[in-house]
Amino acid sequence: MIQDKKAHKYGMVIDLDKCTGCGSCTVSCMSENNIPFKEDESDKKDSITWMRVYKLTNGKSFPDTQITYLPRPCQHCGGKGDHGHSPCVSVCPATATDYGYDTGIVSQIYTRCFGCRYCMVSCPYHARYFNWWDPIWPEGMEKYLSPNVSPRMRGVVEKCSFCYHRYQLAREKAYYDGTHEIAEDAYQTACTTACPAGAIIFGDLNNPSHKVHQIVKPDPHPDPLNRDVVGKSRNPKVFRLLERLGTNPKVYYMSEREWVRKLGDNYLDGEWEKVKNHYGAASHE
Amino acid sequence: MKVDRRSFLGLGLGAVAGIAISPVGAKLTDDSSIWTQNWPWTPVPPDGKISYDHSVCSLCPGTCGITVRKIDGRPVKIEGRDTYPVNNGGACLHGIAGLQYLYDPCRVTTPLKKINDRFEPISWKEAIALAAGHLGRIRKNDQAHTLACITDTDQGSVAGLFSHFMTAFGSPNHFVMPTLESWLALTAQTLHGKGYTLGFDLENADFILSFGAGILEGWGSPVACFKANSSRKQRKAKLYQIEHRLSTTAAAADRWIPVTPGTEADLAMAMCGVLLTENLFDSEFAAGFKGGFNRFNAMVQQKYPVEKVAAATGISAADIKKIAIAFARAKMPVAIPGKGRGDGAQSLKEFAAVHTLNCLTGNVNKKGGTFIKPVHDYLAFPDPVLDTAAKDGFGKAKLGASVQEMVTNINQSADPLVTALFVYNANPCYTLNDPSQTRAAFEKIPFVVSFSSFMDETAMASDLILPVSTFLERLEDVPSRAGLANSVVGLTRPVLDPVFDTRSAGDTVIQLAKTLGGDMARSFAWNNYRACLEDVAAGVWEDLSGNGYALLAEGPPTDSVETSFAFLSDNPQTIYPQGDYALTLVPIDNMRLPGTVPAASPFAIKTVSDRVLKGKDVCVEINPDTANGLTDGGFATLTTPTGSARVRVNFNEGIMPGVIGMVKGLGHTFDNKYVAGKGVNIHELISPVIEPGSGLDAACGTTAAISKA
Repeated sequence: MIQDKKAHKYGMVIDLDKCTGCGSCTVSCMSENNIPFKEDESDKKDSITWMRVYKLTNGKSFPDTQITYLPRPCQHCGGKGDHGHSPCVSVCPATATDYGYDTGIVSQIYTRCFGCRYCMVSCPYHARYFNWWDPIWPEGMEKYLSPNVSPRMRGVVEKCSFCYHRYQLAREKAYYDGTHEIAEDAYQTACTTACPAGAIIFGDLNNPSHKVHQIVKPDPHPDPLNRDVVGKSRNPKVFRLLERLGTNPKVYYMSEREWVRKLGDNYLDGEWEKVKNHYGAASHE
Repeated sequence: MKVDRRSFLGLGLGAVAGIAISPVGAKLTDDSSIWTQNWPWTPVPPDGKISYDHSVCSLCPGTCGITVRKIDGRPVKIEGRDTYPVNNGGACLHGIAGLQYLYDPCRVTTPLKKINDRFEPISWKEAIALAAGHLGRIRKNDQAHTLACITDTDQGSVAGLFSHFMTAFGSPNHFVMPTLESWLALTAQTLHGKGYTLGFDLENADFILSFGAGILEGWGSPVACFKANSSRKQRKAKLYQIEHRLSTTAAAADRWIPVTPGTEADLAMAMCGVLLTENLFDSEFAAGFKGGFNRFNAMVQQKYPVEKVAAATGISAADIKKIAIAFARAKMPVAIPGKGRGDGAQSLKEFAAVHTLNCLTGNVNKKGGTFIKPVHDYLAFPDPVLDTAAKDGFGKAKLGASVQEMVTNINQSADPLVTALFVYNANPCYTLNDPSQTRAAFEKIPFVVSFSSFMDETAMASDLILPVSTFLERLEDVPSRAGLANSVVGLTRPVLDPVFDTRSAGDTVIQLAKTLGGDMARSFAWNNYRACLEDVAAGVWEDLSGNGYALLAEGPPTDSVETSFAFLSDNPQTIYPQGDYALTLVPIDNMRLPGTVPAASPFAIKTVSDRVLKGKDVCVEINPDTANGLTDGGFATLTTPTGSARVRVNFNEGIMPGVIGMVKGLGHTFDNKYVAGKGVNIHELISPVIEPGSGLDAACGTTAAISKA
């Protein structure tokens, strides 16, 4: 299980200054991945949304209030040191969730899952959802279900797969075409293609010609302040959620606004000041 | 063999160790999960050949190009169509969720006739014969003008067929629901003459001054607006949002300017005054000013001095001046009117005053400016054959300037003003202010025919439902509306056969006319709607059927236009929120909740925040400063002069003190557990106020009180 140097590392960067919180990504994800719906979806704890959009505020009172939206798919963590020990993968007793060393994608195999929900507890991003009920579509509506993604059953956990079936299709097509290389636009997630604001950018973080690499500029060296953190962005506007846990998510966020970047973690008094100008090993040279 | 304590323990421990080490346990767990979770009732979608169809979404006036992915002819996913001149890839959540509308629990699956307050299914033949019989009697009794018709738009060939039908039948009473497009066309007509509408080149403008226009809340063509906003961020073009609430648009803006609700028109007038006193208007463009420009100038100075307007709007006099000057000095400024989505109750005075700012800067019919576009009539309907009944009826006076006025007139008259009504793709019994008035008017009409895909509030109030195929099952031309800079007409194409026994409204209208016979049938000589469309859209049919769209006009119009100040220089009355309560209730447009037809899909409802809808309760936004004794998340009673409702309270620092915000699009009463029976319809709490000069409802809010429930 040695990480291939040529392996892909699919990741995403979301421009929070462009995001309008319209919900297209959420619905595109639900439609692409056969996600069901219930009569009441207002209890967000059991409302299955692989891509959930949070509304955040700067906490100030009128008229200095500001808001921003933050879409949250599965962060596809690489785990400490980016060795593939994602929080969820490490605790799954059934190998129902695994780390793909060739893609960097954290998988979820529904039929292996027996619903212990350890992974949900270990996920710091609330990206995993449990099927408390069987999925039921109103009469006839199951006709729009896509054969590319299995509908899940009661008793299993599910989450965003970076539209892995689209990767499979792109890989097959590349093989068929004899190119053996998946072009940037050949594999894009459903949320990325749906976003009307162009706020989501998806691609291979290992491929310098991909836009996502060019924006994130991931630091190849471990973070000097925290050796568990790898791939920290060298772009001062880019950050990850709860980065110092060392989960090494492959979803990056971007904002010009400092208060938005500060919301990426729970900083104690004075902590933000120490790290706000720190972006990768390069900023210490 | 004797089992002693020693061997018992040994065997026991051995067994435990054996089970722990053996893979059998793990294997059995794995197998049991695999076998027990293959529930037979979990659907297994059949696989098949993948294909893609191009079409155009007509759920809202945005008209985005879409691509439908199909598996063996079965549509499974809708995505935005790349290289389409409106959206160019990307789609909004409602379009993406479009497949849910095909199988909506509320779909009308066959023609329905109301018998003793219950709908009974009937055949198409019976339904058409029933409608034709009723209409024939009206015509025979010289009552042709008492047929009325409500459509969502007056553009496109289906609306054209309804209009053609009304003319040939002999009734002037064809009404259009108030949409952003109808307001823009009315504004252009008031200032520049008939046949014009407005478009805004937001993609290139460098300063957008928005008077509450929710360009990120579904104003205009939503996807095009999102794209313009993203490009604006890259181009560093400015957006100033004047709004009583920190909407998504206000949050994305460079500056949010809170304004007292209802005073936006006065603010725009005062800003016009600033440009005139500071001599910041374009004298070259002013050469085309007609109809009392000097009178307007004098009136604005006298009635809208900055200090007076500052007090009313809550924006300081210095700020009003600064903003107006910054706007006028920008290279490519655009002022956009239309609060929220810009549909429903708005004010012509406000639209006209805001557009006058555009005219004063002279950034009109230029790149990055406001386009005063001729309405492109790409459809050539033949002249209808008019018999005596038609001529007599069509010559009669119209029952008002708007649907709202017609409703008021019906309710106030002792005579039956309307004896039959068609409603196509509109839900006036839900979307008009105080819809109980609309329902009462509908009760007075003996024969209401609904052309609807869904059993919504208006369909429920009708006597006959002629079900319409959804946009995925029908052919239709959809012209771009809603303030787009380019004029595009797209072709909605059926991506599958109708799922139920439904038809295109065009086909139904043609069939109805044919059944009426005589001169009516002669006016509708086409065999079916497709033949009609190919005929009337012959000029653009090649592009339409080939590319799926036809570009009618691109870039700034070259016409030189005149501007008349006659309407504004009379200083029409501003409609302020009515009533004596201390607070103001205003509607909120939320991108995730459509306000008109069709209602939200289950997916769209699922995305709505639990700070907007909690269980079956709507949450109203209120500034904690105003929330006397209320608790965040607690229940409250909201009272307005029109009614009261039980609501939950959502403390929001992003709304002006003194203002209560309630989302539009909830409180549906039809039978769909995923969408209806949730929250309150805000229109039930607001009474219409007809604006003099436009004849349209301008009650974009009302006074209100709120107390702990």
